[in-house]
Amino acid sequence: MPLLSVDELKVTFQGQGRRASTAVSGVSFDVDEGQVVGLVGESGCGKSVTSLALMGLLPKKGVRVEGRADYRGTDLLSLRPSAMRDLRGTQLAMIFQDPLSSLNPVVPIGVQVTEILSRHRGMRGQAARDEAAALLERVGIPDPTRRLKEYPHQLSGGMRQRALIAMAVACAPRLLIADEPTTALDVTIQAQILELLKELVDQEGTALLMITHDLGVVAGLCDDVNVLYAGKVVESADRRNLFAEPAHPYAHGLLNSIPRLDAPRGQPLNPVRGSINDQIAWADGCAFAPRCDHYTLECLEGAPELGPLAGAGAPAGHQVRCVNPVRERLETVTLADVGAGDDSPAEPVTQKEETSE
Amino acid sequence: MSTKTDKIDRLAALTAQRETTTGGSLWVEAFRRLRSSKMALIGVAIMALFVVIALIGPWIAPHNPTSQLWRDEVFTNRGEFVGPRGENWLGLDHLGRDQLSRMLVGARQTLLVGVISTVLGFVVGALIGGVSGAALAFGGRAGQRLDTVLMRFIDMMLAMPSLLLAVSIAAVMGQSLTTVMIAVGVVQVPIFARLLRGSMLSQANADYVLAARALGVRRRRVVMGHVLPNSLGPVIVQSTLALATAIIEAAALSYLGLGNPDAAQPEWGVMLAQAERFFDEAPFMAICPALGIIVTALGFTLLGESMREALDPKLRS
Amino acid sequence: MLRLVVRRLLQLIPTLFGLTVLLFIWIHRLPGGPAWALLGERGNEAARRQIEEQLGLNEPLLVQYGRWLRRLFELDLGNSVKTGQPVWDEFTLRFPATFELGVTALLFAVIIGIPLGYFAARRRGSWLDVTAVSGSLLGICVPVFFLAMILRSIFAVNLGWLPSGGRLTTGIDATDVTGFAVLDGVLTGEFDASWDAIQHLILPGLALASIPLAVVVRITRASVLEVLSEDYVRTAESKGLRKSVVRGRHVLRNALLPVVTTVGLLTGSLLSGAVLTESAFSFGGIGSFIRQAISDRDYPVLMGFILFIALLYMLINLVVDLTYGLIDPRVRVN
Repeated sequence: MPLLSVDELKVTFQGQGRRASTAVSGVSFDVDEGQVVGLVGESGCGKSVTSLALMGLLPKKGVRVEGRADYRGTDLLSLRPSAMRDLRGTQLAMIFQDPLSSLNPVVPIGVQVTEILSRHRGMRGQAARDEAAALLERVGIPDPTRRLKEYPHQLSGGMRQRALIAMAVACAPRLLIADEPTTALDVTIQAQILELLKELVDQEGTALLMITHDLGVVAGLCDDVNVLYAGKVVESADRRNLFAEPAHPYAHGLLNSIPRLDAPRGQPLNPVRGSINDQIAWADGCAFAPRCDHYTLECLEGAPELGPLAGAGAPAGHQVRCVNPVRERLETVTLADVGAGDDSPAEPVTQKEETSE
Repeated sequence: MSTKTDKIDRLAALTAQRETTTGGSLWVEAFRRLRSSKMALIGVAIMALFVVIALIGPWIAPHNPTSQLWRDEVFTNRGEFVGPRGENWLGLDHLGRDQLSRMLVGARQTLLVGVISTVLGFVVGALIGGVSGAALAFGGRAGQRLDTVLMRFIDMMLAMPSLLLAVSIAAVMGQSLTTVMIAVGVVQVPIFARLLRGSMLSQANADYVLAARALGVRRRRVVMGHVLPNSLGPVIVQSTLALATAIIEAAALSYLGLGNPDAAQPEWGVMLAQAERFFDEAPFMAICPALGIIVTALGFTLLGESMREALDPKLRS
Repeated sequence: MLRLVVRRLLQLIPTLFGLTVLLFIWIHRLPGGPAWALLGERGNEAARRQIEEQLGLNEPLLVQYGRWLRRLFELDLGNSVKTGQPVWDEFTLRFPATFELGVTALLFAVIIGIPLGYFAARRRGSWLDVTAVSGSLLGICVPVFFLAMILRSIFAVNLGWLPSGGRLTTGIDATDVTGFAVLDGVLTGEFDASWDAIQHLILPGLALASIPLAVVVRITRASVLEVLSEDYVRTAESKGLRKSVVRGRHVLRNALLPVVTTVGLLTGSLLSGAVLTESAFSFGGIGSFIRQAISDRDYPVLMGFILFIALLYMLINLVVDLTYGLIDPRVRVN
């Protein structure tokens, strides 16, 4: 049984006097114990809303959440707020995109770490402070006792994200949700943070739901990948299969658009044309149709079903939501290009501490 | 007829259905939101009513507002004030004049004081604030110094309570309607100045200004063509709010005996101030002009507040 | 810290200096000049010449300004035309009353305004929110002196619940120690005197509080709304913290920062408001005195009051700025 099983999650925003807009229109995926699952898509595809819905962090007013999200046999979406409050921090934890705005500017780092210890582990006073220092140390923050007394603005971007990670893992959660944890960071620090996350989930056997638009992150970290488009999963496969044989034209286009160093000079890049605004409602057909090179009239006969990739030699568990799936191995992208050749991280990372001031 | 055009047409039709209503400039967008705001509608309605009364008041007033038509009646029943009745819908004042007529005629004076003093505050304040902001943002070392001097001056004005500023002006210029307008207007100067300066500074740091300057656009053109027009929003909103404040301040000046000395000329603030003495016996005499002032000020405030909300990008969703 | 205070105090000097220049010019611009201003309506030509002689008004302006400035430093603001007493003494005599009234009004504004603004923001769009917002808009639009008249008429004259004016009921046994009526009662053990003084403060305090209250409600509400949408509040929620911790440590702690600044800036408008409120309740503070001085054209008093208020306003804002540095760590470092 998977640790978390999301079934037909649907999130609709309904502002006062405004037209309802559907951010997530039926997303299903599983996360197994200790597994790293990627949720990939461009901004506006509903990946962040999905994570907030799972954590119960969407505003209560004006938002309708439907579907099921079974976590160890309980449905997170129908849980009472107080019960959800007990799960957050202990069972489920989350890391956000922008580490500066995600930390309270007027409260010392130490308090922001110890408050979770006192809430869920009943630790007080010096014991809590010692544990907090140990946590900071564990996520690679040097001189942790001094850092505890400092405020977020006194830390560097990477340090802040490390502090947030320390808070997230403080109570050894079973599932960690990371919403683009490296987007706001410098490239050199991104790799360090990813390496840290990988290390932590490996050591503790924590499952990680990685939300990202960065295919490099997916290639370096994830076991299974779900590609989201316009609020639905359009392709779901394990990492190797997805990168080798992306079947949905959108996933295909994404991988095909990665510029290659060995391409001949002057050869044009292959972007996915149009923008996410060029879409139609799923009820009318495939939302990706307006941008799709393989579009036919069948695409407009309601939303295609997510089904196993048909044909000889199709790997098991590779699912796609398309009536005209792409059936070609992506020759231009090899696993080595995206760093997915083996289980080593995207690039060799020398564990060098960035300086904080 | 071919499948190809059919494909494209059907897609286009479906895409068009989903066309979102975003886009349009800041002002167009703001206006659209303003139109759908109940607060703004009430504000505009009150404002329109007030302006209409101010314009046609003297013609629709049933009686002469300054002649003491029922003087004898009031003076013979000393202490017995005449409230609303068929002939005088809003009753009589302490000198036997028709309240309704005084209210209708007085609206014009009240509007005049509000508008002129606000225009005065706006012009002088925007001038100081604009020069100060432009100097600080684009004037180099010398500009910085100019800004410091101007802002110290503004600080000084802010440190003086508005009423006393008005008293001082009245003392030098003598008591008159002009004095009231100037006094109330001067009080608004530092507010407008600070607002425009702050707004210009934040615009001056915006990327598009940097881009314009990098392209070699002259400083004067950058300021006049880009920074200033984009900074005016909050100042214009403030002027609506300032109109409300001006009407209330003018009433306060009248209360302190610094209002228009021409007592025969009806004006709501003066009427309210005069009614204070009789408040315990004849509250109605005070309530009429007070309600006039409150409702009018509320109208301008509602409009100003909803404009501010409509223009604030943070409140947009 | 001390260096910062000294530096900020020094920064006040140019503004104050400018203010004295303006005031000096103002006195000399008054119809009839300073001598006339000093004599008021009782003056005649002979008395005027005598005063001009006495004050050295024939000397160059710069010399006169220097001398005037030196007297200011000695807290010599001249004598009131009306009472003949030194202006400074008149102020210190009446200051405690106005101070008590101002503090009462601020307390009303803060104690009612902050919770109201907070809950209005938390329940955005509810009847409470609509009431708070429209109430605060109305509060700004009602002339303070009219509100004073209404309150007095309803609660004092008609219902008789509270005294209609003054600081203490005549005939009540109260010993004057500090001039602060409430404090005196506590110090001397005459608690009924304190209670009486408090009763006298309620209505004028409420009237004076109307604008500050409206402002505090609006600022608190806007600030809480902004903080509620901040990422760090979401982080706090994601940690599963108790509601009370999220609201206290993460929401309120941040939301109150702008409120502190606003309360500081309100003191200026409180002093103006006192001029309007005190006279409606014949409350014997500086406000009533100033209203009298306005109608008497008692210029030395008015001039002294302008200087007094400007200085007070600047000092209060200085204190607010420094406090801000204490409660906001981001400012503290810079």
